[in-house]
Amino acid sequence: MKKIEAFIRHEAFEEIRDHLANMGLPSMSVSEVKGSGRQKGFTESYRGAKTTIFLRPKLKLEIVVDDNDVERTLDTILEYSHTGEPGDGKIFIFNVEDAIRVRTGERGAVVLAPHTEEAPA
Amino acid sequence: MRLRPLRLLPLAALLLLAVPAFASAATPSVTDLATTSNTIWVVITAVLVLFMQGGFAMLEIGLSRMKNAGAVAAKIIINLSIAFLMFWAIGFSIGFGNGSDFAGAHGWFMDVHNFKDTFSSLAYSDTPLQAQYFFEVVFCAVSLAIVFGTMLDRTKFIGYVIFGVVFTGVIYPIVAHWTWGGGWLAKDGYQDFAGSSIVHLQGALGALAGTLILGPRIGKFRDKKAVPIPGHSIPLAILGVIILWVGWMGFNPGSFLNATATGTPNFADVAVNTNLAAAAGVIGATLSALWMFKTLDVSQMGNGAIAALVAITAPCAYVDPYAAVIIGLVAGLIVPPLVVAIDRIRIDDPIGALPAHGVAGIWGTLACGLFATGDRVTSLAVGQKGLFYGGGGHQLWVQFYGILATVGFTLTCSLIVFAAIKYTIGLRVSEAEELRGLDISEHGMFGYPERFIDVPGANPEETPAVTPQGTAPGTTSPLPVTS
Repeated sequence: MKKIEAFIRHEAFEEIRDHLANMGLPSMSVSEVKGSGRQKGFTESYRGAKTTIFLRPKLKLEIVVDDNDVERTLDTILEYSHTGEPGDGKIFIFNVEDAIRVRTGERGAVVLAPHTEEAPA
Repeated sequence: MRLRPLRLLPLAALLLLAVPAFASAATPSVTDLATTSNTIWVVITAVLVLFMQGGFAMLEIGLSRMKNAGAVAAKIIINLSIAFLMFWAIGFSIGFGNGSDFAGAHGWFMDVHNFKDTFSSLAYSDTPLQAQYFFEVVFCAVSLAIVFGTMLDRTKFIGYVIFGVVFTGVIYPIVAHWTWGGGWLAKDGYQDFAGSSIVHLQGALGALAGTLILGPRIGKFRDKKAVPIPGHSIPLAILGVIILWVGWMGFNPGSFLNATATGTPNFADVAVNTNLAAAAGVIGATLSALWMFKTLDVSQMGNGAIAALVAITAPCAYVDPYAAVIIGLVAGLIVPPLVVAIDRIRIDDPIGALPAHGVAGIWGTLACGLFATGDRVTSLAVGQKGLFYGGGGHQLWVQFYGILATVGFTLTCSLIVFAAIKYTIGLRVSEAEELRGLDISEHGMFGYPERFIDVPGANPEETPAVTPQGTAPGTTSPLPVTS
């Protein structure tokens, strides 16, 4: 059981989510974050006064998957978040102890099994 | 108690009234009073139309994304300024000065002594030339504001400026001259009272040319389907619609350039027609959207009001109130399907300018040929009565080829100008600039800075932020800064 934490560009998100959902892995958490890294900052100029902004907006995806699904999840994220320019982001992988589905109380690998999402109302 | 001389003013005024002989030498004639009333009316309605820029700003800002809000605001105010200067220099003369049937060629820079010789198309009004310039230039600015509605979020600032100069200086005035300047359409009896085709259709044609040359915003079309890019503030967009609605009370009723004429039509009667149509348009668009999308779409309600106001602009003085309701209702009904159709053919129109100003403008202009009543046509002495009043198809035919000429001329000119900009200095920002947003890439500042960057003191905290040694106050990055 692994947790994948991926920092990506906003523009990459829709494709990644679509393709993961098609593989049966629609479950994820997404946060808007700001960070600094190799990508340059930019200058905000207000009435002649300038300040350089080093924090850029990124999305953080948190996806917990079964060990068997790790590689294909990573492949999907890499494929759609790669542009080759500084600022594409980073991915971190953590070990996860256990998982519980709140609705049923189920524990373990069954919680992370690939599934389809319900159609929108 | 100290004596305040100003307090004596009302008393002095009373004294003046009590001694009529005192003022009798300067008693104005009825004609003078009528001229004064008309002039006040024209200037007030021009101010209302000027205020419509605020409506366009709010509508377009509300329907753009937050990272582009400041750029839209900048575009509105710079184009308003261009319109005032270009129309003063050459636009007003080409539009309303004496000349050929195609364009005017007298009265450059409004440098005239007796304007009735130079601007004979405006001589029917007793108001001064300055009042009429003010009234006409704000119409031109409205037309230009519509052009850029489809071009949000991806156009270079300089592209707006260059097109604005050509449009307000030459393209708009030429078409205005055909009808309002005594040109060839005026001689054929083409009916466009306040500018469904001259102001709104022209704006929409420029908008169509602009979006065709620019292409859609990044991410608008995916897998051959239109992806919604919702505007960031529906309340602002509806505020914009309401401001436009208020402004239209200057746009249509003001177009008489006359506040003292009685009988039908008069300016109050036109105001009633305009409001009835707008109301019917909102109802039409709401019902149509409910039927098509099964939702009460707020932005479509706003578009319905605009479409109906555009449609009633040409016929507002030529038709009876019941016809105004029909014209507005139809304009509202057709907006939601047209918005979907424009998405289907993969044209990106972020604010719905093409249906609301273009198609509704065509519908309103044609509606003159259907609903114009005999009495009103006689009173206005323009064209003939419509099809439904026994006038036959003649007026409808005039309206049709008037529209055709406008479409042909304005679309061609706009395409040429936008293409020329595209292939010389470029019309569209780079992909990276578009993704970062025009606020920061074109203007270096955000419309909503606190949404995107850390502004000193933006968060309501009780203790002052810790400033690390050696860091200037104001650079609030919580992370170690390396360059």
